[in-house]
Amino acid sequence: MEFLFNLINGISLGSIYAIIALGYTMVYGIAKMLNFAHGDVIMVGGYISFCAIFYLELPPFIAVVLAMIVCTVLGIIIEGLAYKPLRDATSLAVLITAIGVSYFLQNSAQLIWGSASKSYISILQAEPIRLFEGQLTIKAEAVLTIIVCVIIMIALTLFVNKTKIGKAMRAVSEDKGAAQLMGINVNRTISTTFAIGSALAAVAGVLLCSSYPTLMPTTGSMPGIKAFTAAVFGGIGSIPGAMLGGILLGIIEIFAKVYVSMELSNAIVFAVLIIVLLFKPTGLLGKKISEKV
Amino acid sequence: MKKIVALVLVLAMLFTSVACGKKDEDANVIKIGGIGPTTGPAAIYGVATQYGAQIAVEEINALGGIQFELNWQDDEHDAEKAVNAYNTLMDWGMDILVGTTTTNPSIAVSTEAYEDRIFMFTPSASSPKVTEGKDNVFQMCFTDPSQGVRSAQYIIEKGLGTKVAIIYNNADAYSAGIYEGFKAEAEKNGVEIVSVTTFTDDTATDFTAQLNDAKTNGADFVFLPIYYTPASLILAQAKSIDYAPVFCGVDGMDGILTLEGFDAALAEDVMLLTPFSADAQEEPVQDFVKKYEKLAGEKPNQFAADAYDCVYAIYNAIQKNGIKPGMKAEEMCDKLIETFTSADFSYTGLTGSNMTWQANGEVDKAPKGYVIKNGAYVEL
Repeated sequence: MEFLFNLINGISLGSIYAIIALGYTMVYGIAKMLNFAHGDVIMVGGYISFCAIFYLELPPFIAVVLAMIVCTVLGIIIEGLAYKPLRDATSLAVLITAIGVSYFLQNSAQLIWGSASKSYISILQAEPIRLFEGQLTIKAEAVLTIIVCVIIMIALTLFVNKTKIGKAMRAVSEDKGAAQLMGINVNRTISTTFAIGSALAAVAGVLLCSSYPTLMPTTGSMPGIKAFTAAVFGGIGSIPGAMLGGILLGIIEIFAKVYVSMELSNAIVFAVLIIVLLFKPTGLLGKKISEKV
Repeated sequence: MKKIVALVLVLAMLFTSVACGKKDEDANVIKIGGIGPTTGPAAIYGVATQYGAQIAVEEINALGGIQFELNWQDDEHDAEKAVNAYNTLMDWGMDILVGTTTTNPSIAVSTEAYEDRIFMFTPSASSPKVTEGKDNVFQMCFTDPSQGVRSAQYIIEKGLGTKVAIIYNNADAYSAGIYEGFKAEAEKNGVEIVSVTTFTDDTATDFTAQLNDAKTNGADFVFLPIYYTPASLILAQAKSIDYAPVFCGVDGMDGILTLEGFDAALAEDVMLLTPFSADAQEEPVQDFVKKYEKLAGEKPNQFAADAYDCVYAIYNAIQKNGIKPGMKAEEMCDKLIETFTSADFSYTGLTGSNMTWQANGEVDKAPKGYVIKNGAYVEL
């Protein structure tokens, strides 16, 4: 029973990592850059939904939509102001810029909302689910997170494979130059990718803060790094890889915490990444010919 | 040539300013120096201690007897800057030091103060290392281990828990220190500790594993020697897995009700063992809270009350041992040490009743127990 409890918690935590990792992996697949500010977009999503629920007293659903809109706009602005001018610069310059954007977002949040932490109000005011005569109690948020993760996974796969923009995204990820020659607007495709990634970050922010109800300007940092690890773990650039990597990472983290050592859980997570990369340098699903978006 | 002239002028200025600093030594006041971070990440604590000390000094001066003058210096929670601040205060002619607010700077400054024989009274630096081996350094707050010991004694006395679980932050000296003290005392008295789990600042979000461990081991009392932010998460997550033991925090838990967005219903029946709470109904506390709110625009925390008590304890000691303005700092230091460690000196203030001090500078006082009912503190 305890095993099942931990497994569900692990999958739930992993689902959040997976949703965040999708943002990393899509942007990497298409723009070939690591958007380290992604974790902080999650934090912005958390704050926006918090404000909508706590100050404006809007219903949770509207708050989520509002957070998604704000984050999408934010993602497009960040891409346009910070990354677009660096399209032909070295990848190192883009990486440092991304770190700069990350600090900019954190400090702005501190300026606007203060450094004192806030207690997030879960968007799901539901009783926990009790199974086996109360022996197994599952957080309602955990179930919601897993369901949302599955829906996003299916929707995104359909989007990338069936729509015209999805096709353009696949084309840009395979060969930017050739795609441009075929009449694809590369810049707009990259902006669209950022928009989708940021909207997903908003969803991740809401789910993260609902499961672990605290909100600080640094809330997004650690999950951001873990999700990046998950993206690399699953094979960066691959959508199913981000999903698999995220969920596995969540399970490993919780199991390491429960069965090995509370203190070493983070170290174990990163050690597993190193071991996987030693044997599979492109990650679990990161084959060279794999579909990259 | 110009450079040499400039250099001479600068040196001349330096000497005159030093001379100025020494001149008003014979003024009719006792000079209290204060050090604490009023800017930077730990500013919340330094500002609180500064205001707390200021209120006490104003009150004492209004009484008309011995007059105090307070000079507060910022150390930005940095040991090196704290020593610089200390030197600035020495140049100013400090007689007694109230500070420093935070632990690491305090350790650095206490070494200097010990050599210079300046009486040092820290409101809130809680590590035993601050006072260790220095006869002239005293603490107003609990040391971390003794807060743990006192909490355990309180719980045993009142018979509050039979099967105890502890969740603490083992990357934090404060939390780990309280845990060590608590565990030793609880085991000595046969309290059954069924679950001990930890977290670090990096893993302070998911507590389901820790809570499930406590739950499956049948703990009916969970001791949380941690700050209120992780504590708020623990309370929320405990509810979401149907776990409802008695939760009990220490002074770091104070503030949980002011957390924005926090559902006070989660904290219903949560216990706190703390020397000070701004929500306590006693007259002196409420009087202080009013004055502090007027000065700072917010409720005082424990640090403010500690600094307030520091100044008053010094004032009471001075009343007893006849220290006068104009005495040498070394002389004051010896007299204050004698008074503070004498058997018949005790002080009752905002953070405790009948406090006494041991020769090693540690305070002896009992925490007060509160329980949260309908979003307010009720004394146990």
